[in-house]
Amino acid sequence: MRPEPRLIEVRKNVLKQNDVVARTLRDRFRAAGVFVVSLVSSPGSGKTAFLEKTLTLLRKNYRVAALVGDLATENDALRLARSQAPVKQITTGSLCHLEAAMVQTALEEWDLNQLDFLFIENVGNLVCPSSYDLGEDLRLVLISVTEGEDKPLKYPTIFNSADVAVVSKVDLAAAVEFSWDTAYNNIQAVRPGMPVFRISAKTGEGLDEYLGFLAARLIELRQAAAV
Amino acid sequence: MHELSIAMSIVELAEEEAERRGVLVKVVYLKLGALAGVVKEALLSCYEMACQGTPLQGSRLLVEDVSILIFCPSCRTQRPVSSVQLFCCSECGTPASEVVQGKELEVVALEIQECAPNPV
Repeated sequence: MRPEPRLIEVRKNVLKQNDVVARTLRDRFRAAGVFVVSLVSSPGSGKTAFLEKTLTLLRKNYRVAALVGDLATENDALRLARSQAPVKQITTGSLCHLEAAMVQTALEEWDLNQLDFLFIENVGNLVCPSSYDLGEDLRLVLISVTEGEDKPLKYPTIFNSADVAVVSKVDLAAAVEFSWDTAYNNIQAVRPGMPVFRISAKTGEGLDEYLGFLAARLIELRQAAAV
Repeated sequence: MHELSIAMSIVELAEEEAERRGVLVKVVYLKLGALAGVVKEALLSCYEMACQGTPLQGSRLLVEDVSILIFCPSCRTQRPVSSVQLFCCSECGTPASEVVQGKELEVVALEIQECAPNPV
């Protein structure tokens, strides 16, 4: 006769493997004093243009580099390389998000001590990347004015997991009758207190304020490390 | 759609546990937070797929939904949120961003059966 089924307690995080790698990465970033920003958004919201501009401007005063995730092409890496910053593509194949292990592999040959800022551009997707810690200091969620003001309400999980929001393509705001107040309130509804920047990678509007914010965070990080 | 890779991780985790103890897994109990970024229905259909050809084939996944709780700075205690689209204390309406529950993606228990001893 077969023994009766019984219950045993397990208590294991399903994403433990990813979290362990993310923790290792975070320790490595901390030791090197590099500030790491990950970018998430839907496809076509202007992540790459925004990042290219960020790299170009930050490069004047800081040592910057980027990893960029994409399903199939290396187009984004080629675009970002125009900033003259070191850039590496992570081609995920059919995977809809980056995982910590992919970041770890991509960084194998990089000397992080030579960097002030590292940017990680996730695959264009507002759903899946929310579950995966990449060891970043700051998760930045980007929405463009052409997507409409209700994106935060449609994807509350990713907005809630982010630390800062950027509204991009504000040079097109009038053409698409975008309401800044509505978008801002929607972001605050799903993530109260989150800083929000309005920028245009095309005209440069709002970039100074956003870059100043990043610079301040880098100083904070290094001061905390020095204590 | 990352539910398939999540389902495969669950199967892997349960398989390891079963192997270590030399038992068969009948049911996997999972806690799933509303902010885990995982769709329950998709996960359930992926689970069956992920089990195929593994010792977990024929097992069931039982999902317990975990609601969102925030720490309300006014009430100074844990409270539910008004909704997933409105991170405010459901009691007093104060905006609150400190999530204390709702991100769970955790295998909490397994229903197992000892492997039947070989007939002599």
